[in-house]
Amino acid sequence: MYPKELKYTKTHEWIRVEGTRGKCGITFYASDQLGDIVFVELPEVGQDVVKGETFGVVESVKAVSDCYAPVSGKVVAVNEMLETQPELINQSTYDEGWIIEVELSDPSELDDLMDAQQYEKHVEEAGHH
Amino acid sequence: MRYIPNTDKDRREMLAAIGVDSLEELFSDIPAEVRFRGDMKLPAAMSEHEVLWHLKELSSKNASVDEYTCFLGAGAYDHFIPSVVGHVLARSEFYTAYTPYQPEVSQAVLQSIYEYQSLVCALTGMDVANASMYDGASAVAEAALMAVSQTRRQRVVVCRSVHPESRDVLKTYAAAVGLEIVEAPMKDGVTDLEALESLVTNDTACVIAQHPNFFGNLEPVEEIARMVRKVKGLMVASVDPISLGILKPPAEYDADIVVGEGQSLGNPLSFGGPYLGFFAAREQFVRRMPGRIAGATVDVHGKRGFVLTLQTREQHIRRERATSNICSNEALNALAAAVYLSTMGKKGIEQVADLCLQKAHYLHDALSRLEGFEPAFGAPFFKEFAVRCKLPVRDLIRGMLDHKILAGYEVRQTYPEYPDLLLVCVTEKRTKREMDYFVARLEGLV
Amino acid sequence: MKDRKLIFELSREGRCAYSLPDCDVPRKERAAMLPPGSLRHEPPEMPEVSEVDVVRHYTGLSQLNHGVDIGFYPLGSCTMKYSPKMNEVAAQLPGFANVHPYTPYEMTQGALQLMWELQGYLAEIGGVDAVSLQPAAGAHGELTGLLMIRAYHEHRGEKRTKIIIPDSAHGTNPASAVMCGFKTVEVKSDERGGVDLEELGKVLDRDVAGLMLTNPNTLGLFDENIHVIAKMVHDVGGLLYYDGANANAIMGFARPGDTGFDVVHFNLHKTFSTPHGGGGPGSGPVGVKKHLEPFLPVPVVGFDGEKYFLDDDRPLSIGRVKSFYGNFSVMVKAYAYIRSMGPDGLRRVSENAVLNANYLMRNLTDVYDLPYDRHCKHEFIVNPRRIKEKTGVKTLDIAKRLLDFGVHPPTVYFPLIVDEALMIEPTETESKETLDYFIWALKEIAKEAYENPEMVKTAPHTTVVGRLDEARAARQPDIRWRKQ
Repeated sequence: MYPKELKYTKTHEWIRVEGTRGKCGITFYASDQLGDIVFVELPEVGQDVVKGETFGVVESVKAVSDCYAPVSGKVVAVNEMLETQPELINQSTYDEGWIIEVELSDPSELDDLMDAQQYEKHVEEAGHH
Repeated sequence: MRYIPNTDKDRREMLAAIGVDSLEELFSDIPAEVRFRGDMKLPAAMSEHEVLWHLKELSSKNASVDEYTCFLGAGAYDHFIPSVVGHVLARSEFYTAYTPYQPEVSQAVLQSIYEYQSLVCALTGMDVANASMYDGASAVAEAALMAVSQTRRQRVVVCRSVHPESRDVLKTYAAAVGLEIVEAPMKDGVTDLEALESLVTNDTACVIAQHPNFFGNLEPVEEIARMVRKVKGLMVASVDPISLGILKPPAEYDADIVVGEGQSLGNPLSFGGPYLGFFAAREQFVRRMPGRIAGATVDVHGKRGFVLTLQTREQHIRRERATSNICSNEALNALAAAVYLSTMGKKGIEQVADLCLQKAHYLHDALSRLEGFEPAFGAPFFKEFAVRCKLPVRDLIRGMLDHKILAGYEVRQTYPEYPDLLLVCVTEKRTKREMDYFVARLEGLV
Repeated sequence: MKDRKLIFELSREGRCAYSLPDCDVPRKERAAMLPPGSLRHEPPEMPEVSEVDVVRHYTGLSQLNHGVDIGFYPLGSCTMKYSPKMNEVAAQLPGFANVHPYTPYEMTQGALQLMWELQGYLAEIGGVDAVSLQPAAGAHGELTGLLMIRAYHEHRGEKRTKIIIPDSAHGTNPASAVMCGFKTVEVKSDERGGVDLEELGKVLDRDVAGLMLTNPNTLGLFDENIHVIAKMVHDVGGLLYYDGANANAIMGFARPGDTGFDVVHFNLHKTFSTPHGGGGPGSGPVGVKKHLEPFLPVPVVGFDGEKYFLDDDRPLSIGRVKSFYGNFSVMVKAYAYIRSMGPDGLRRVSENAVLNANYLMRNLTDVYDLPYDRHCKHEFIVNPRRIKEKTGVKTLDIAKRLLDFGVHPPTVYFPLIVDEALMIEPTETESKETLDYFIWALKEIAKEAYENPEMVKTAPHTTVVGRLDEARAARQPDIRWRKQ
């Protein structure tokens, strides 16, 4: 459910870093809580994102959730497939369900993120509050 | 008590089941400091017959359009309502239902909203429509708010020829969130394009025009739309739905948001309400639209069914970030509109509009020939027109009441710059005889 | 069964359901009256059907709906009480239904008298000094009330920016506050379901314009600290707004104006029996204490001892919130209701609404769970905590299964502060037999959940459509018919 090679935020986003870029999405836990994703509001390519601030919105039938950037940087790509197939987030959470790709401006920010094990623990606690 | 079935015996049994000795105990959580111990000073209960008799008496003090010949319009219209409309609206499956939260037992309401939305789209030429707003005026205000959120601009230009009450409601809504409302003046009964052009700036979110306008005149909507397009603002058109039987659908003059008062579509005058505001827009704005929207989908067996959709826009989900706070709308009035439009169909709606047009022009011409009256403006008009009167308009209106005629609207009330105008409306219900009688009585008055 | 047709799909060229008079004036060419560029070229794509088609279509449709006249409708916070038929007759009297709003006021004295008296009745019931009947619905009343609060502070030279809203509030509260230019501050509920006083104390400051409260709140509980809350808010100069959605519980027992509220709205379509119409029209009159009266929307109905009149010369007014004077025919129905109930009858309404709710609640607790174990007012919350833990059956499943029992489900998943909430409001117009049937149905469903959970999870089984694919509806919106 939580691939080892990814990094995670407390607000339930993931990032897969390759070189200076990282693809981001929302985690299985987040998409499961929301249910069937029906709409994704994507940012513009070229827009700057700031770690911890919102970069998009994910909607299910009866819930809305902001997405918070795991790192700061510039948006270099958005997943346009989500415009017509938002369900990819449910179906292929960590692969075809990515939302944005960011050119990292400060790779050291990655150090603040959780690894899969830490995140799993975080989710367990969230489920029992 | 006829609406409260519990008998004393029921109450005793129920209290025992709850485990309390008295009803009073159930209210023990209301602190003594705030407990109301007095008697509400309200009139004592009456029997059904007495209530109805009393209300009949009150209602008989009002001049109804059954009794008076109505040339009064100005935003509320005496159009004919086919019998079918009242018949359908009396189905209590429709009128005693709540908002369709459980689609499996709400298909009637949901499908009728879907049909209503489709009919509004057909009439206006727009892509999408919602399930209704409170009335035409609040629809204008919500259109402005939507344009502001879409364009992220704070300036709204509204033509002075838009219904005064719509402009008032717009101002109330706009003041709350600090929008700048600018009024574009009139010239010869329509918006002064030159003046408008200077007001439509690069920070203008939208221009709101009414077509036909408050005076019944056709606005230069194409020019207005071009003007607002130039600054990348939105064109909001407020329209008379009956006029769309013959007038160009607003989509064709490039309107972005189309709203209007839907009362004309099968809803009685009811001393001003309930009416309905219709609200239509381009497809790309659908996620910014206020209000409920019904959509088609399929059930687990693959069968077509209808649900409320795109609900994440709404207050019950998005709360403080919702596109509007609207919850209850005017569903039953929208149903009336749907039944009305289905009954009229593509041919009937044109004929109604044509009858209004023909008859309004007949009366206009007759009044123009009359001593003491002259046409106020030269602009083309649909079913309403203004005439300039030598006699004080207020006296004229009062005088006509003696002849069981509602002569029209005194323009001065809301446009002090036009002290001597009477706004006259002619619907398909008015006959040549009624109009000739009206003209003859006016002649007598002069 | 085949899909039910849309009215458009019944269309056949040449059919006609309308009847219009011939043109009895000399016809003029359309082009002589209107510029050709302003005209429509194609008729609108509307159906061509006969009158029989229209009647059968909509009658057939109507049979697919649940309504109060068909059966029990315990939809929490919506007060789905029976709507007396007398009200409908009254509203259709020609002297009400067929009166133009701009008829000279001396010829609408009956309508204005009715409005003036209704303003007075509502003021008395709410314990306030003045009432406007203009708002078209509850949320519209909220907007109106908050605009008055804003105007009040501004008139005193204060710019206050915040509205406090409990976490149990209706979604309209925060949405209305934002439409009035306020920021919202959420305050938590305490373990008894009321506003947490300590939390409230932390957020109160001189920026607070007011607090919005539903009382009894959406948990169906009367806030026992209301007088303390009122004092705390007033002490920092804020005002109290009463969301009247739940006023059916307290008529004759507590008046919001006496309990410290400065602004009150009523839902005529809840407490005062006017039917909901499948989602409207409603009516949301707003009442205020003396200090807010100057800010009421225009026009206000006045009476000079001889004549009733519309007063729009009110310089401090927030302006107009609706065209004309509000949803008049809804007012006629509420007026008829109040006159037929009288003060004792209205008190009896609240008594029985509360009795019915407590009776239901106490009879459900062996199987369902009660997050707040106190006397409720007109409604209450239960959830299927034990059922869900053991069987996986959720609130939504139970709601859907209730449909097979011919009952409209309660409000579900609201308020947000209770997990898997079922919010049940029986109203006073239901008999003990109906309540007993509902108790039986809910227990039967619980039993099924343990014995045959699939039965519940796949419900409903007997409705005209099964569970609908709402995700598809939102992903690929099909919100209008188009000609193929």
